[in-house]
Amino acid sequence: MLARKRVNMAGNVIFFSSNAWRKNNIIRAAISISFFILFIEISARSLLLFGFKIPFFGDLPKPSDVVKVFTQVIFEPGYWYSWIASTWRVLGGFLIALLLGVPLALCLALNKVFRGIFFPVFEFIRPIPPLAWVPAAIIFWPTQELAIMFITFLGAFFTIVINTFGGALSIDLRFLQAARSLGATKLDIFRRIVLPACIPSIVVGATIGIGITWEVVVAAEMISGASKVGGNGAGLGHLIWSNYLGGNYEMIVVGMVSIGVAGYICSTAIRYTGSRFTSWEASK
Amino acid sequence: MIANLALQSIENKQLKGAISIRDVVKIYDPKGLAVMAVDHCSLEIKPGEICMIVGPSGCGKTTLLNAIAGFHEISSGEILLDNKILCGPGQLKAEPGPDRVVVFQNGALFPWKTNIENVIFGPVMQGIMSRPIALEKARQMMADAGLIGIEDSYPGEISSGMRRRVEIVRALMNEPSVLLLDEPYRALDSLTKSVMHEALLQIYYKNKTTIFFITHDIDEAIFLGHKVIVMTTRPCKPKKIIEVDIPHPRDYSVLTSRRYRELIEETIDSVHEEAEKAFVAGEKEG
Amino acid sequence: MNSEEKYLRFTNTAWKVLYWFASPAPYLLIIGIGLFLGSWFLFVEVWRLPRFEKLPGLTTVIKEWLSPDPIYGLSIYTEDYYKHIWVSVRRVFFAFLLATSIGVPLGLAIGWFPRFKDYVFPLFELLRPIPILAWVPISLIVFKGSETPIIFLTFLAAFFVTTLNAMLGVQSIDKSYFLAADCLGASKQQVFLHIVIPGALPYIFTGLQISIGVCWFSLVAAEMVSGEYGLGYVINTAYSMIQYPTIAIGMITLGLIGYSSSAIVRLIGRLLMQWRSRELSVGGSR
Repeated sequence: MLARKRVNMAGNVIFFSSNAWRKNNIIRAAISISFFILFIEISARSLLLFGFKIPFFGDLPKPSDVVKVFTQVIFEPGYWYSWIASTWRVLGGFLIALLLGVPLALCLALNKVFRGIFFPVFEFIRPIPPLAWVPAAIIFWPTQELAIMFITFLGAFFTIVINTFGGALSIDLRFLQAARSLGATKLDIFRRIVLPACIPSIVVGATIGIGITWEVVVAAEMISGASKVGGNGAGLGHLIWSNYLGGNYEMIVVGMVSIGVAGYICSTAIRYTGSRFTSWEASK
Repeated sequence: MIANLALQSIENKQLKGAISIRDVVKIYDPKGLAVMAVDHCSLEIKPGEICMIVGPSGCGKTTLLNAIAGFHEISSGEILLDNKILCGPGQLKAEPGPDRVVVFQNGALFPWKTNIENVIFGPVMQGIMSRPIALEKARQMMADAGLIGIEDSYPGEISSGMRRRVEIVRALMNEPSVLLLDEPYRALDSLTKSVMHEALLQIYYKNKTTIFFITHDIDEAIFLGHKVIVMTTRPCKPKKIIEVDIPHPRDYSVLTSRRYRELIEETIDSVHEEAEKAFVAGEKEG
Repeated sequence: MNSEEKYLRFTNTAWKVLYWFASPAPYLLIIGIGLFLGSWFLFVEVWRLPRFEKLPGLTTVIKEWLSPDPIYGLSIYTEDYYKHIWVSVRRVFFAFLLATSIGVPLGLAIGWFPRFKDYVFPLFELLRPIPILAWVPISLIVFKGSETPIIFLTFLAAFFVTTLNAMLGVQSIDKSYFLAADCLGASKQQVFLHIVIPGALPYIFTGLQISIGVCWFSLVAAEMVSGEYGLGYVINTAYSMIQYPTIAIGMITLGLIGYSSSAIVRLIGRLLMQWRSRELSVGGSR
């Protein structure tokens, strides 16, 4: 029952989120996905088959060609190098965001003066889209790598802070009171109550944050490719963009699917790590 | 006040809502853990009677209520309402309907509708009353229940005691044969509870609906009921049936009467025994 | 709300405002803003720290922004400034509206009809992890022209968020409400209209707030890659034409407009969900 559980708001919902992987579910999923792919395949060939092109879908590359190209490209080291380059940027920016964001959020939640000073400024900067920072970052940071990592950092940072902050604020007062009455010191309370209670919110923030980070990395890679702002980008975003310029449309789809898979693996990894740290939630 | 109500002739109203539970069994997850919640339970409830079901938490009383209401299916046996089959072999799940309205443990007033909108929900949705007439009747019934002035507030703005009463009025608007109450006063403090008990009786004397009331509070059970049925812990089965012969109409002076104390003495041993068994078994809240 | 209640609400808010002024909050606010602006000023213009010195300084930006005859062509006095703002806002507005009108019904349907969910949700979840900008080349191939791809990308991002949250909203509704509605005789359509839609509204509005943020995110990205007007375009060209203060102006404007648009969505939410604001003002819910 999902009645009053605190559900992951816009974060990645587990694919089959119901409790029973029933045969019917899988069959229906397979049907709809196959239909979708079949539809694209037919539309892509529509000019030949029907004599007229189906609008929008008719210009897409054929799924069969995409699969062919994919089976060829997985043997090329350049493809996997793109994976590494993008993942490296994502993880770098994300981890720094986590290391800086969680302490900041905790300070904001626990200290009213700190909050009064820094939260309004934080809330003012937060609505600025991370990509709007790209030119500023390029001016500021010496290398392009650092600039891109800064942007990915920004993407994840605000989400992690907001979620952790919210989680810390909503810790039931009674836990703190109970701890105090059992003789805990302030440090104890912090280590044993505040931190563990925040972990679910940190996980939510991290899951959403890593999604944003992937978006930003792809964007940054494409923009640096598009406006020729500094050297060669490498990475999956750059892969997509250069293949677009080169007219290899099948590779575009390969790139899209790859990024989707990469993002999905990352979110699942975070959710899994998070659930290891919050074993009490599993019994609910 | 209640004595005055008693003088009104309610006898003329045809009483309906005779429930017959025959040899009902409910097994959860028959292929896996096979937990038996209800074990060959048989009960007869007379029309117009207040029947109190008492038992420790988690013993399966709510399962019985859910079966009558039509929320869950039974594994075997049958349940009849006024000699019509609700559920039985061939149709293991009854259809929920306005003849058996439930008042829920944690309250299920729709928070996004005003109180009076909640109350008229039943008749208006079924199309048996037009909106203006329904509003008129609702105001009347709410006034009878002592709920004046809160018609246009939202449930979130009023106290939980008042919310319960609104929910009961919402149920009664549909003129049900049976009113199914699932520990409705569980979350209230004892002072509010005693006033709520009198309020419920007041409403009952006007409508004479059959009431099927689940509780774990013996005092409440004996004060309100015509009949008190003590259930065993899981699997649930009637252990002892007590006929409460204190005459209606009742008010809080009953609580100190000798007959009341005698009845509690009769009942408390059985209830306590079951409660101890449930405690040892470590029952989670039902 | 009669006039007496209105007066009470007004004085209530007035007192809250006064208390805020008397509290440390506004002074801390000023300190925070002061620190931020101060460090910007000091790091860039006074101390000329390495790396920081290349950035446009605070005074330069403000002078530029407020000057009637800006050096780089964009200030609150130039027509172009408002033109760019209008183009961006128009795109976001259109994409957001489209995403909401398609996403909310779709999400509600996925949440409410299990069969539909089985067919549609897996496909949805397959497409959702793909970053929005990865769709840029495909959208450029499929949609001719320059305006449509931008709106499509903005729409797509908002669409996924809105649909997901609408679905979660339906799933978050307490099952008791559905059971109560069944008892009270509501048909499936009535349940959808009276329970599902209002019940899912809180989640839907949280989703809408996230969605408008995501709209701005995607819009800026899309404008940077392909576009001829709009704030994203402004920032991008300002960079290539080495008009650094304009970059800052663009960023600040984006921040302000982004914040206002979320605030408007939040306000509409509060208006539509009266029951929540009244509940919270009385001091908490059940």
